[in-house]
Amino acid sequence: MAEEVKLYGTWSSPFSRRIELALKLKGVPFEYIEEDLSNKSPELLKYNPVHKKIPVLVHNSKPIAESQVILEYIDEIWNNNPILPQDPYQRAMARFWAKFIDEKALATRMKANFAEGKERELVTEEFFQQMKFLENELNGKDFFGGETIGFVDIVAIVVAIWFPLTQEVLGVETFTEEKFPVLFKWIRKITEIDVVNECRPPREKHLAYVKARIEGLKSASK
Amino acid sequence: MAKSDVKVLGFSPSPFVMRARIALKIKSVEYEFLEENLGSKSELLLKSNPVHKKIPVLIHNDKPVCESLIIVEYVDEAWSSSGPSILPSDPYDRAVARFWAAYVDEKWFSALRDIGSANGAEAKKAAIEQLIEVLVLLEDAFVKCSKGKPFFGGNQIGFLDIAFGSYLGWLRVTEKINEVKLLDEVKTPGLLKWAERFCADAAVKDVMPETDKLAKLRASAPPSS
Repeated sequence: MAEEVKLYGTWSSPFSRRIELALKLKGVPFEYIEEDLSNKSPELLKYNPVHKKIPVLVHNSKPIAESQVILEYIDEIWNNNPILPQDPYQRAMARFWAKFIDEKALATRMKANFAEGKERELVTEEFFQQMKFLENELNGKDFFGGETIGFVDIVAIVVAIWFPLTQEVLGVETFTEEKFPVLFKWIRKITEIDVVNECRPPREKHLAYVKARIEGLKSASK
Repeated sequence: MAKSDVKVLGFSPSPFVMRARIALKIKSVEYEFLEENLGSKSELLLKSNPVHKKIPVLIHNDKPVCESLIIVEYVDEAWSSSGPSILPSDPYDRAVARFWAAYVDEKWFSALRDIGSANGAEAKKAAIEQLIEVLVLLEDAFVKCSKGKPFFGGNQIGFLDIAFGSYLGWLRVTEKINEVKLLDEVKTPGLLKWAERFCADAAVKDVMPETDKLAKLRASAPPSS
């Protein structure tokens, strides 16, 4: 049976881009459908009725939603270039850090970007602590996955690309190489990888998009 | 394997801790349970889970595993040759189970918490209605996942049974305190029967806290991990 693989996503979403990366890493041909989130397609609503969100992977007409669930599914179906390690303990660690990034680091980063005064100080300190934990996880390795990128690296690309970009737009310098030399070394290494660069939003377009979003959020909160 | 090779740091009323214990029971793994005083966390807990400082923590041969669902998957994989599989064997079924487990921890948990924190009768009513909507979705998930069998996981309890079932104690407390039926024969007939079966299961009944005990605790603090 011919494999039918479709990815419903958006060009600017780190959650969508990580699925593209996983599929490309494994050389899986897929059809990409760009969604307009202000006008969601009937297919998206059919395939993810619970959350109505991207990304959604559809494999031979069967939909899978939630980016980390999709990543694990991809790794199990196409087992070349494995994303998750084999050892159960290493797998548990990978899942732990991936969850930490998506559930803690992202939320803290968002709060830190928009908080003011004392709250901003506190949240920024929390963010620093979280980034330190993450940095320590690298522990002399090139990548979280070891010699090649793995599950945590793929999830952490949001830290490598989205965090510095947002910072640039906001004109702040909290997440710096000076504070996180090991993490920034990892950022350099991972953003040198061809396939990672194939799967990142084009810089100028991304900058403009983030700028517009931040402006929108700022005026909405006034 | 010596009992001391496996430790669980936990707090008996916690649904998250229950998940770890059910998984270990399914795999017939003996372990030492160390009850934590959450107001005064042990050195071992702080050392084993420095990032979150939360329970449960599974310590296997001195290596800590944190986050309840991650622990369940770890137990399934580390003791794969012992007892039935906890995760489904088919990759798509696994993805569906993981999807709904994530939904439970996000939407169900926050809806449950909203009831507890709702101020006034109107807010409480709205929060309860919200929770019931979540239950109706989970009822649908149950029908699809169980495919006519007794559990989300089929003939035996599996990952999603554990993920959702671990909240049944708190669900019952919420029903009791708010004098409302959350699971009922009309909206959630499948889940209603499943809940009975789950709580009676050999892997569950010894670690499911009694509703009365939970209600007393609930009077002093809302559920948290």
